[in-house]
Amino acid sequence: MLREQLEDIEIQLLLEGIHRYYGFDFRNYALASLKRRIWKIIRAESLTSISGLQEKVLHDPECMERFLCSLSVNVTTMFRDPNFFLMFRKKVVPILRTYPFIRVWHAGCSSGEEVYSLAILLQEEGLYHRCRLYATDINEMVLKKAKAGIYPLDAMQYYTQNYLQAGGKKAFSEYYTSAYEHAIFSSYLKENIIFSQHNLVIDNSFNEFNIILCRNVLIYFNRFLQQRVFNLFHESLVQFGILGLGRQETMKFTPHEQDYEQLEGGEKFYRRIR
Amino acid sequence: MTIQFIAIGTSLGGLEALEVLLAGLPKNFPVPVAIVQHRHKSSDDKLRVALQEYSALVVTEPQDKEEIVPGYIYLAPADYHLMIEVTSDAVREPSFSLCVDAAVTYARPSIDVLFETAADTYAERLIAVLLTGANHDGMQGMRKIKARGGKTVVQEPSTAACPIMPEAAIAAGVADKVLPLADIAPYLVKMCNF
Ligand SMILES: C[S@@+](CC[C@H](N)C(=O)[O-])C[C@H]1O[C@@H](n2cnc3c(N)ncnc32)[C@H](O)[C@@H]1O
Repeated sequence: MLREQLEDIEIQLLLEGIHRYYGFDFRNYALASLKRRIWKIIRAESLTSISGLQEKVLHDPECMERFLCSLSVNVTTMFRDPNFFLMFRKKVVPILRTYPFIRVWHAGCSSGEEVYSLAILLQEEGLYHRCRLYATDINEMVLKKAKAGIYPLDAMQYYTQNYLQAGGKKAFSEYYTSAYEHAIFSSYLKENIIFSQHNLVIDNSFNEFNIILCRNVLIYFNRFLQQRVFNLFHESLVQFGILGLGRQETMKFTPHEQDYEQLEGGEKFYRRIR
Repeated sequence: MTIQFIAIGTSLGGLEALEVLLAGLPKNFPVPVAIVQHRHKSSDDKLRVALQEYSALVVTEPQDKEEIVPGYIYLAPADYHLMIEVTSDAVREPSFSLCVDAAVTYARPSIDVLFETAADTYAERLIAVLLTGANHDGMQGMRKIKARGGKTVVQEPSTAACPIMPEAAIAAGVADKVLPLADIAPYLVKMCNF
């Protein structure tokens, strides 16, 4: 038996154990990045093998806490991939204008930077008062940050650049006040946002949406789990509703490929056509 | 053992080095190639377009879970780590996988990440090439590739725009072969039974 196959078996046993004992299900997360993060934890815990980590995680709930923390990747940015938001203005906003009321689901919103970006954009397009944004993530800790809407001030220079490239119409600094090295985003931006916990692996649909954004979350899942989530989104989207994915994510090669058409402009906006 | 995958990593000065290397791979080169070139997180399509100029093969930035096929040069997208993994136990077909995990050796995409995951997937059926650069990325990855039986090639530092990265790998003892830039493509062609 090859060493890499043994490693895969150990990982399966670890994830199976965690699922059976703690209820957290990472069994269908994408293997390559998961494996790297697991080894990082092993080194941080001064262990030498995956089996060693399994033993520690199962017997020491505090180690499990640390494991959960280091396993979740919450990297995010305001107006990440500015062209995505620019296309949102140009191609998606005209479609949204035709609805009297707009329900948005932001799945895997992490600490909220993208949700506030969207709120700002919708505000500038005069649509925000007609919108309800449901921002969800599996991770309670990042949701807390999202609710607070307070981010390090030193990121604002980069975010301002992104905002402008995304077709921003004002001075970005109008949207926050700064205090103690932090940018506190205006509370009116939060008025129509509902933050709540939702796990894409096990939870079901909770509403019908005109638009669903889920960027850089599906890359963490294997094909089987991606399929589940695409089904979930399909059930949750109205006819002609829009699904927005991350720059390197695609509906191509999935069983739902035929049910969607990609909007022009090169970004990952898919419109449900059946 | 037939070579099934070639992974290339480069940083400072990489574009010129890749020009020479890619120009040396013929149109019917039978093995898929993936490249990590360090670059700014907001870079656009320019690097891909530039590399396409030099290559007879199709240069593309892979999508998540895209299947790996010969005839393509895959370029790691800006701001994502590029990894290789097998789909599942049932289907052991390798595909690409992307992530936005933290930078490794200050880089995303990171050469180490591509090399290590390629080592897991291809073991001794892999060749890794490390070109010019100003840091230590790629060295850990090459160590793992060697441990799994794969081959490692490092650009002769004197032919590199920036010798630090090749020198680091050589000093760490992870280079099977040290070749002048001009000899790397011919070596790959020969190794792939071509
Ligand atoms: C890399 S972040 C992406 C954040 C943001 N969408 C962006 O693109 O900038 C991935 C997010 O997915 C969340 N996530 C991971 N597994 C999840 C699951 N099973 N259900 C819901 N969210 C999940 C993580 O907690 C994390 O906040």
